[in-house]
Amino acid sequence: MRSLFRLSGEGEGFVPPSSNDFELPPVFGDNAFTTKPIILVFLSVILVSVFFLLSSRKAAVVPSKLQFAGESIYSFVRNDLGRDIIGHEFMRFVPYLFTLFTFVLTNNIFGIVPFLQFPAMSRVSFPYVLAVFTFVVFHYVGIRKQGLIKYLKDIMFMPGVPKPVYILLTPIELATFFLVRPLTLSLRLFANMFAGHLLLLVFILGGEHLFQGVLGLKLISPFAFAFGIGLTFFEFMVQCLQAYIFTLLTALYIAGALADEH
Amino acid sequence: MENSLYAAAEKVNPLVPHTAELIVGAVAFLLLFLVLRSRVVPMFEKAFTERTAAIQGGMERAEKAQLEAQRALAQYNDQLSTAREEAQKMREDARVQGTAIVEELRVKAQEEAARITAAAHASIESERQQAVTSLRSEVGALAVELASKIVGEALDDQARQSRIVDRFLDDLEKSK
Repeated sequence: MRSLFRLSGEGEGFVPPSSNDFELPPVFGDNAFTTKPIILVFLSVILVSVFFLLSSRKAAVVPSKLQFAGESIYSFVRNDLGRDIIGHEFMRFVPYLFTLFTFVLTNNIFGIVPFLQFPAMSRVSFPYVLAVFTFVVFHYVGIRKQGLIKYLKDIMFMPGVPKPVYILLTPIELATFFLVRPLTLSLRLFANMFAGHLLLLVFILGGEHLFQGVLGLKLISPFAFAFGIGLTFFEFMVQCLQAYIFTLLTALYIAGALADEH
Repeated sequence: MENSLYAAAEKVNPLVPHTAELIVGAVAFLLLFLVLRSRVVPMFEKAFTERTAAIQGGMERAEKAQLEAQRALAQYNDQLSTAREEAQKMREDARVQGTAIVEELRVKAQEEAARITAAAHASIESERQQAVTSLRSEVGALAVELASKIVGEALDDQARQSRIVDRFLDDLEKSK
């Protein structure tokens, strides 16, 4: 029984995937700018630009299929994430939200695109950058709208609260606005993509390893592969969802900064 | 095996960002932002605006057509009621005129009747006069004949005869 499930005949142990698997060497040259994630990010910029430039080029009243596809994504961000959440000033923020959504979505989906198969957002630097942009945007909007003093005062001393509560509330609010929001925004995206990719690696590399084992293990390996395929579909859902959530939260933060009272 | 796992965890902290990736992330995002903002968003917005305008234009045209139709209907109804009124007035006029004509005819007929009656009266009177005159001569002859028969006296003599008659008539006149 024990020999049936021994991992490998030659005694060479299975090395589970780790964070090291996300540290990829340069694809060409000896350069920090030619690693796979960086190439993928540039590829996403090209793909998204080309797709939307082509689909919006004619801007016809009666759209072609391509225009309809581009418009559907655009109007989803514009109406469901922009207009419905931010309100009447939404149009100013639509380009930003639109870029955010398409950029994150494309880089996430790279995780399950054959041959690419690496979600660029599982490199924490990219979510950090995006969170910093969102951080700057919503604070800037709030300060422009209400003035620096009133904006900070509204954050630190939420109106309509008994004075002693401020001892507790003020640190919490400050931390929320200046630390928790950008951190959770970036880490949520990063961790989902990181964990998703790790899971796929575990099931697919594990299945491969099992297949190299003795007969009993060979029989199990198809289940590992099947699970890997099932998880790929699940990952697709998570990738779309995370792109949506990142954009949604950005829109909510902007809406909160625009609102007169929190 | 445990060693390698431990070593992997030691080597890389996935939460530490890479400078190159930070730069690329920012540049790539800004690049995409500029492209989408300057080219894509205005085009889609243009399409949306034009579509809204097209739909609104269509609706306005339909509304206008409906208004036109309503106005035409009102006009038609107006004309219809005017025509009805006119017809009513004409019928009324005709009735009044008819009554007048009948009245006139009646008056004329009455006049005619009166005229005929008067003429008849006149002719009857003249006939009576005639009858009286002829009667008078006949009565004279008859009376003479009768008297001669009764008296037995032939009054052949014309002159005498007429004298007697005249005398008789004169007596009659006198006795009157």
